[in-house]
Amino acid sequence: MADVTIEARNTIKAFGQGAQAVRALDDVSIQINRGEFFTLLGPSGCGKTTLLRLIAGFEMPTSGQILLDGADITDLPPNRRPVNTVFQSYALFPHLTVAENVGFGLTMQGRPKAEVAATVAHMLALVKLEAMANRKTSQLSGGQQQRVALARALAPKPKVLLLDEPLSALDLKLRKEMQVELKRLQTETGITFVFVTHDQEEALTMSDRIGVMSAGKLQQVGSPKDIYTRPVNRFVAGFIGETNFLPATGGAGGAKLGCGAVIDGVAANGAVTLTIRPEQVRLTAAAEPGAIPATVTLLVYFGTDTHLHLALPDGASIVARVQSPATGEAGLAQGQQVGLRFAPGAVQVLED
Amino acid sequence: MSPAEDRQARLSARNGWLLSAPALVILTIAAIGPLLIVLVYSFLTPGDYGNVVWEFSWNGWKSVFVEEDIFEGTLSLADAHLTIFWRSLSLSILTTVLTFLVGFPTAWWIATKPPKARAFWLFLITLPFWTNILVRTFAINQIIRNEGVLNSLLIWAGVIDSPIQLTYTPTALLIGMVYVYLPLMVLPLFAAIDRFDMRLLEAGYDLYASRWQVLRRIILPIVKPGIIAGSILVLVPCLGAYVTPRILGGGKMMMLGNFIELQFGQGRNWPLGAALSIVLLVIVTAALLIYVRALSGEKRHG
Ligand SMILES: Nc1ncnc2c1ncn2[C@@H]1O[C@H](COP(=O)(O)OP(=O)(O)OP(=O)(O)O)[C@@H](O)[C@H]1O
Ligand SMILES: [Mg+2]
Repeated sequence: MADVTIEARNTIKAFGQGAQAVRALDDVSIQINRGEFFTLLGPSGCGKTTLLRLIAGFEMPTSGQILLDGADITDLPPNRRPVNTVFQSYALFPHLTVAENVGFGLTMQGRPKAEVAATVAHMLALVKLEAMANRKTSQLSGGQQQRVALARALAPKPKVLLLDEPLSALDLKLRKEMQVELKRLQTETGITFVFVTHDQEEALTMSDRIGVMSAGKLQQVGSPKDIYTRPVNRFVAGFIGETNFLPATGGAGGAKLGCGAVIDGVAANGAVTLTIRPEQVRLTAAAEPGAIPATVTLLVYFGTDTHLHLALPDGASIVARVQSPATGEAGLAQGQQVGLRFAPGAVQVLED
Repeated sequence: MSPAEDRQARLSARNGWLLSAPALVILTIAAIGPLLIVLVYSFLTPGDYGNVVWEFSWNGWKSVFVEEDIFEGTLSLADAHLTIFWRSLSLSILTTVLTFLVGFPTAWWIATKPPKARAFWLFLITLPFWTNILVRTFAINQIIRNEGVLNSLLIWAGVIDSPIQLTYTPTALLIGMVYVYLPLMVLPLFAAIDRFDMRLLEAGYDLYASRWQVLRRIILPIVKPGIIAGSILVLVPCLGAYVTPRILGGGKMMMLGNFIELQFGQGRNWPLGAALSIVLLVIVTAALLIYVRALSGEKRHG
């Protein structure tokens, strides 16, 4: 059995009273393992921040429990939970220097001065800000402030570090750098990270496990590969990466598409939705037996890849991602007839 | 500096002087002029029926601090004057502390209201300014006198059996001064708290700070400029307060302002009055210097 650090049990959080009440969290249960990089992913307003604030202790659940190492901490105030937060706004203390900010938590815990100084020096080295120790936080760039916020939250060695979209204020290049940095920090410190983002690519590249949320409910929890290749429902499939949805009718021989083509090896009954990732759609010659005939309607060039928008005989459309043709090589053209094949096992049946 | 930058710097410096010229002229004529007159008067000889005789004398300044026994010609420290100085200073400091203790929670409470409600509460805070200070001070007197609202209420509630003698006591003076100067504390505090980023509170709690530590380590240092501004705004007029001590002190609780007035009136000792005014000015300037020092200390850090 996995070693669970933080756990939410049947937590419900409602804001407002009576008819106007909003369920920001609707019966969420989740277990996060020790030392893992766990990401909460979902669209805006799905309740990610609310779940994080419940774990941090800033909000009390309407019902349900929060457990840390198996002990119920639902009623503990934030300053008595060994859990620290990296705020989206950083929330650095403007009247303190970088070093004082980083040492704040330790000082409040009443650790001896020498220990605080040593830990602060270590943390600043970890986030590569030794040279900035005596600056005021207002004199730092966005990326540097981000690092201070990280160092400040990591310094007291919390059991769980909560990060609420910490990278969203950074520009793309810096964000990529910080993604690598965060991953490195997590490995080096071994602290459990609960990371919130609405950027699916960020979630896929950084996480050990991902929890996908929508409308206050946890839709699916699993490794990035699990979630990408085996989405449990239409929401997860559509939210993580790009995908094609094809209506089909299930039967004994496989699933039958609207255009009449039958896909074998798909176990389904009645009307279902199939999903297939664009990179799993293979192109063949138009006349190849067994291939589904299609017409290229649009070519979108992405550098290494090209997205082909294709029309099936019944008018349904599907996107395929293929490698862009090498320099000098002739590629496909709009209006061209091609054949389609789906990689074996790549077609998923979705419950809606 | 490039020639263009240089030209721009010179131009903005010149424009700065031009723009501030009207204010500087008024300040010079209206502030420094009278001040010089007061300074000169403090070194003259009192006239028999007030006014001054143009004859140099140290006596005005001497009698600020020492008393001459008319019969024996010995000098002793002017106890009465020092008592008045001390009373002025201690009452002013106490008033400042009390307005802060009352004003801080008030300002905090207003600053955490929704914007619309804030305007309303701030309006209520400034409402007393619309009434003449004399009227307000008499009103306080009516409330605290033996047959006044306060005593009647306390007796009715059974807290006390006989009325507390408040009128013409230091307590009465303190109540009056806190009441009169409270808005001057609340407004700068509100401005500072309004700018305070409430998210820092959560950051504080998250980093193991108790409520008290959050107040002491985060809120107070950050709103410090507001605290200093409010304190100066209360302390300075308190030191020179005249109407409130006159009415609520009933002549017994003389403060510097009243004492100075006495010298120009019944006392007929204009040089002493002038010297006392300058002492008051020095005290106020010292307070302001502490303020500026505290603020620039803040700047040095960031
Ligand atoms: N203090 C509050 N009072 C009332 N409603 C709230 C409060 N906090 C959150 N909500 C509501 O709860 C829902 C979930 O909010 P939450 O902030 O958790 O979303 P989120 O997933 O973090 O979104 P985002 O990606 O935009 O940050 C939203 O509908 C929001 O309007
Ligand atoms: Mg959020």
